[in-house]
Amino acid sequence: MNSRYLPLVITAFVLALLLGAGGFFFTNFISFRVIINLFGDNAFVGVTAVGMTFVIISGGIDLSVASVIAFTTIFIAQTVNNGMHPLVSMALVLILGLLFGAIQGWFISYFNLPPFLVTLAGMFFARGVGFIINDISVAIKHPFYSETIRGLAIPVAQVGRAVVRIPFTAQCLIFFILGGTLLAAYSRFGRNVYAIGSNETSARLMGVPVDQIKIWVYALSGFCATAAGCVVTFYMQSGNSSSFVGLEMDAIAAAVIGGTLLTGGVGWVAGTLMGVLILGSIQSLITFQGSLNNWWAKIFIGTLLFLFISVQQLLNRRLKGR
Amino acid sequence: MRIAGIIVFWLVALAFLYWTRRSRNVVFWPLLALACLLVFNLFFTPQFFRLELREGSFFGLPVAQLYGVPIDVLNHASKVGILAVGMTLVIAVGGIDLSVGAVMAIAGAMMATLSVQLELSPAVCILAALGAGIIAGMWNGFLVAVMGIPPMVATLILMVAGRGVAQLITDGQIIIFNNPILTSIGNAFLLVPVPFLLMLVLLIVTWLATRVTAVGFLIEAVGDNEVATHRAGVSSQSIKFLVYVFCGFCAAIAGLVQTSNIRSADANNIGLRLELDAIMSVVIGGTAMTGGRFYLASSVVGALLIQALTTTMYAKDVSPVVAPVPKALVILAVCLLQSERVRRFLASRRDAA
Repeated sequence: MNSRYLPLVITAFVLALLLGAGGFFFTNFISFRVIINLFGDNAFVGVTAVGMTFVIISGGIDLSVASVIAFTTIFIAQTVNNGMHPLVSMALVLILGLLFGAIQGWFISYFNLPPFLVTLAGMFFARGVGFIINDISVAIKHPFYSETIRGLAIPVAQVGRAVVRIPFTAQCLIFFILGGTLLAAYSRFGRNVYAIGSNETSARLMGVPVDQIKIWVYALSGFCATAAGCVVTFYMQSGNSSSFVGLEMDAIAAAVIGGTLLTGGVGWVAGTLMGVLILGSIQSLITFQGSLNNWWAKIFIGTLLFLFISVQQLLNRRLKGR
Repeated sequence: MRIAGIIVFWLVALAFLYWTRRSRNVVFWPLLALACLLVFNLFFTPQFFRLELREGSFFGLPVAQLYGVPIDVLNHASKVGILAVGMTLVIAVGGIDLSVGAVMAIAGAMMATLSVQLELSPAVCILAALGAGIIAGMWNGFLVAVMGIPPMVATLILMVAGRGVAQLITDGQIIIFNNPILTSIGNAFLLVPVPFLLMLVLLIVTWLATRVTAVGFLIEAVGDNEVATHRAGVSSQSIKFLVYVFCGFCAAIAGLVQTSNIRSADANNIGLRLELDAIMSVVIGGTAMTGGRFYLASSVVGALLIQALTTTMYAKDVSPVVAPVPKALVILAVCLLQSERVRRFLASRRDAA
């Protein structure tokens, strides 16, 4: 096996270990319902992390995603309650997210500014604009939300009398993961992103339109973040401009656990999915256990991050040493 | 008398500004922005400059205490200012430290828990908290300098786990304390607020330690070209390690200030998002994120600028929820001023004129 894929294998192993431990200690942990909920409840983190993976592979970082999600939820809530159809509102906000990301990308590539700072500014900006729209939590009242979205859930199994359904949020996550994987592995855009992340100068010399690709990468991240915001409205049925502070770090952590190198050039969307599921299953394990406190989750995630990063570091040294 | 004082203040300020420009000091840009903000307030927020001298006491000694909006700015900016001093050095070696907010929480939790549950003397509590910060810094330094992990990932670990550790120390409780010495760190006045004095002392000591000795030069060398510095016989590893330790130490001081100020250790909220403010102050101060030259005083002025901006918005009744937008615009403007393309454009305009 190519040792390049070792981080991915380790991630899969840890995920299996976590789920196995859950199944060993708690009955019902490995049930259809829990696994599906794992997908459904973490869908928005996953969708955000897909965009983040591309940004990190290109050698950048996007701190604005959490604020963009919050902005999206409040935008949809406010416009829908003022009579706009949810689909129109979502289409609008997706375009806005794409544009917002593209503008950040333009600043980063045209002026050669550090992505950390530009997206930090973007983070404050999106948060502020969200607050200007409305600074309280707004419930969304529309039949589209209360009926149509629920109806989109796909029934997959019959457990006793209850029907287990795959909620629309989980479907969105699967769609984005598949799309992201295809885009990363089988498109010219994906190959260009990897090239820029490995070595920007040589990519430029080989004729990769670096500036253009960078703008698209951040646009994609903005798009994914707004899509994640839409997903959030599906199961929260409300918008709140002060929510999800710090989510960008979860998305980054998910990507890193999934084997994406923050130095750029290496990463897999499938790994990111596993990273999201690992973060999610730690949360569900702690919920199942009941008496463990939330801070153990933080410490555990930190330890996991440390383990993954050390392994990657050692692998990198070995590869370079050859 | 009053008017004469105001005129003297502005003349001195103008002369200082002019001097920094003449000597091509980097601090000119953040100072100019700060001055513009103050001039704006001079005309549009009359209550902004009202200062008041009150009688107060500092552990029984009668001392004068200054009150007023400018003093508030100094007081509130000092947390970020203290962080910015450590962060400047970290950024100068080409690094970044995302964990300072979490380290603040650990230090605060340490101080409060030791004081309340073990009833140790304040000096021990403070030393233990500073020690915790140093250990946290050593951890970061180990990851970055010894293991060679990129700083943003390396410090992300402690950023995530550190808050958990702080909650572990406090057992998830908000620990309230009222020891007079511990509460005085963030609340007492010696004419000006003690946090501001702490920041000033830290700044001066750090400046002396880096600029009078060769340490500052070595830090800049490592940030500028690590390989070349290493080849020249400087242990870039130990420089990097020390810088992260120092940053952890500064974060611990900032944590003590904030914990003491609110008289309780709230592991969830102490230092929350302050790492971003600290990084922002450093960048506004003119230290580039790619490393190399650093400007300590300028970073602190950056912290003052951010706080002055926030306070001005409150004074002008701008809703606090809108406050992030101007902050974003300031970051962007500063970034643009540092960009090669904009500089070249401005330079060509100047040459043409």
